[in-house]
Amino acid sequence: MSEKILISGLNMTYVSDRLERQVTALENIDLSIATGEFICLLGPSGCGKTTLLNLIAGFLQPTSGSVLTNGVAVSGPGPDRGVVFQEYGIFPWFTVAQNIAFGPRMRGASKQEQEEVVRHYVDLVHLKGFEHHYPGELSGGMKQRVSIARSLANGPDILLMDEPFGALDAMTRETMQEELLNIWELDKKTCVFVTHSIAEAVYLADRIVILGAHPGRVKEIVEVTLPRLRDRSSTEYFDLYRELDAILRKEMANSQAELTEA
Amino acid sequence: MATDDTPQQGKVAREKSPSKRGRTDSLYGVISIVGCLIAWQLAVSANFISEFFLPGPKLVFNLLVEMIADGSLFMHIGVSLARVVAGFLLAVAVAIPLGMMIGLWRPMFHLVDPWIELIRPIPPIAWIPMAILWLGLDEESKVAIIMYGAFFPIFLNTVSGLRGVDRVHVWAALTLGVSPRQIFWHVILRSALPRVVVGLRLGAGMAFIVLVAAELILAEFGLGFLIQDGRNQLRTEQIMVGIVTIGVLGYLINKILLWLESKWIPYRETVEEDG
Repeated sequence: MSEKILISGLNMTYVSDRLERQVTALENIDLSIATGEFICLLGPSGCGKTTLLNLIAGFLQPTSGSVLTNGVAVSGPGPDRGVVFQEYGIFPWFTVAQNIAFGPRMRGASKQEQEEVVRHYVDLVHLKGFEHHYPGELSGGMKQRVSIARSLANGPDILLMDEPFGALDAMTRETMQEELLNIWELDKKTCVFVTHSIAEAVYLADRIVILGAHPGRVKEIVEVTLPRLRDRSSTEYFDLYRELDAILRKEMANSQAELTEA
Repeated sequence: MATDDTPQQGKVAREKSPSKRGRTDSLYGVISIVGCLIAWQLAVSANFISEFFLPGPKLVFNLLVEMIADGSLFMHIGVSLARVVAGFLLAVAVAIPLGMMIGLWRPMFHLVDPWIELIRPIPPIAWIPMAILWLGLDEESKVAIIMYGAFFPIFLNTVSGLRGVDRVHVWAALTLGVSPRQIFWHVILRSALPRVVVGLRLGAGMAFIVLVAAELILAEFGLGFLIQDGRNQLRTEQIMVGIVTIGVLGYLINKILLWLESKWIPYRETVEEDG
C-alpha cells in the first residue's frame, strides 16, 4: 500500500468557551499522503492545521469522517506515529539521555539496548556531550533536537511535527531544517509538518497543503519538485515562494472579516 | 549554531567569579548581624534600655552557655523536635494521599475545595481549646496542632502539582507507547514532584512556626515551654534564649530542606509556592 495516511470527509467542530458558540475547526478535509512523503500543512493561524495534526496523532476524535493510517482507523495516540511538539514536549525531569531512552525503557529494553539507542540518536541530532544535561540547561534548538531524537528512538512509522521550529531564531531554524532533511533522507519516513512559514514549507516539502481559515479547508495542494537540498536563493525557490504568498494573502483577506468578528 | 548550542550553564560559568560576589554578599550579612548585636549590647550597657526590658546579648549568651553545659537546652530542643517531626509526618501521611486524590479527580476537588478555603484561614492557635477538649493535655493535642499547621502547605502544593501536569507531556508519553500505569508513575508523579517537595519544605517550616503555639498547652519541656516558663518567672533572658534557639533552629532546618530539595530536584524549573 502506498497510501500511508488517508483522510476522508473529515469534519471537526467544537464548542469554544471564549466565543461561546460552536466553531468549525475543519470542514470536509480529504487528503491522501503517500508512504515516504514529506507533507507541509501551511496556513494562517486559526486554520486548524494543528487540529488536523492532532487528529492524525489521535489526540482528538473527529466529529465526522475518518483518518486511516496503513488502512486502519486512528482511534488514539500510538507509537507508530511519533510527534514533535511545538514547545515543552520533552520531560524536564529527565536528562537528554533519559528522554531519548524513555520509550524503549518503558517497553522493557535492556540497559545496554537503551545505551545504544541513546548513543545512536545523540549522534544523529548532534547532541554529543549533552547526554546528561537537563532540558532546562539547553537552548530552544537543542531541546527540539532532543524531541526529534526521542521520537525517532521509538521507531515510529510516521513523524508528525507541530511547528517544531516556530520558536527558534531564523539562523537556528534554517540549520534545523537542513538537519531534519538529512535525517529524513536516511529512511524517508512519512512526515507531516505543520508550519505557518512559507519559506519553511518550500524548503522542506514534497507537497504543500494550504489550509484556509474559518472554517479550515484545503485550499490548494502545491507540489514542490525542486531537488533537495534546495537553494534558498534560487529563482525557482523564490517564484514558488511568491506563488504561495499570493494564495495565502488572498486567503487571509477572505478570513479577515471573520477574525475581527471573533 | 554556535550561540544556540551554548548551554546556559556555560554562560553562568563565564561570568566573573560568582563565588567572590557570594562571599562579599555573606560578608555584608555577617557585618549586619554583628553590628546590631554590638549596638544592642552597648545600648544595654549604657543603661539606655533596662536589662529586664530587653536583656543584652551577653546575658542571653551566658544563660545559653549555661543551658548547653548542663544539657537542659538540648533536652528542650529534643522534645520540641520530636513534636515537630511527629506532627509533620502525620500531616504528610494525610495531605499527600488526599492531595493526590483531589488533584487527579475533578469532582473530588469541587467537593473538598470549599472546606479547605473555609478552614485554611483559621490560625492553629484558635483550635487549642478544642484540641485540648478532644485530645487532652498530653502530647496528642500538641502534635495535632502542629499537624494542622503543616497540613495546608503540603496539601495545597500537592493538589496544584497534580493539577498542573502539562497535557503535552501526557500526550508525548502516549505517542511513545507508554502504558497508563507507567504514565502515572513516570510522567504525572514526576511532573508533580517539584511542587510536592516545595510543599514539604513549607510544611516543615509551618510545623516549626506552630510549635510555640502548640506548647502553650500544658508542657513541661520544649522550647515553647521555655518561653512560657520564662514569662511566668519573669526571667526575660530565658524567654530570649527560647526565641533565639527557635530562630537558629528554624534557619538551619530551612537550609537543610533547601539543600535536600536541590538534591531531589536537580533540574532547573521555576516553581511557584502555594499556601
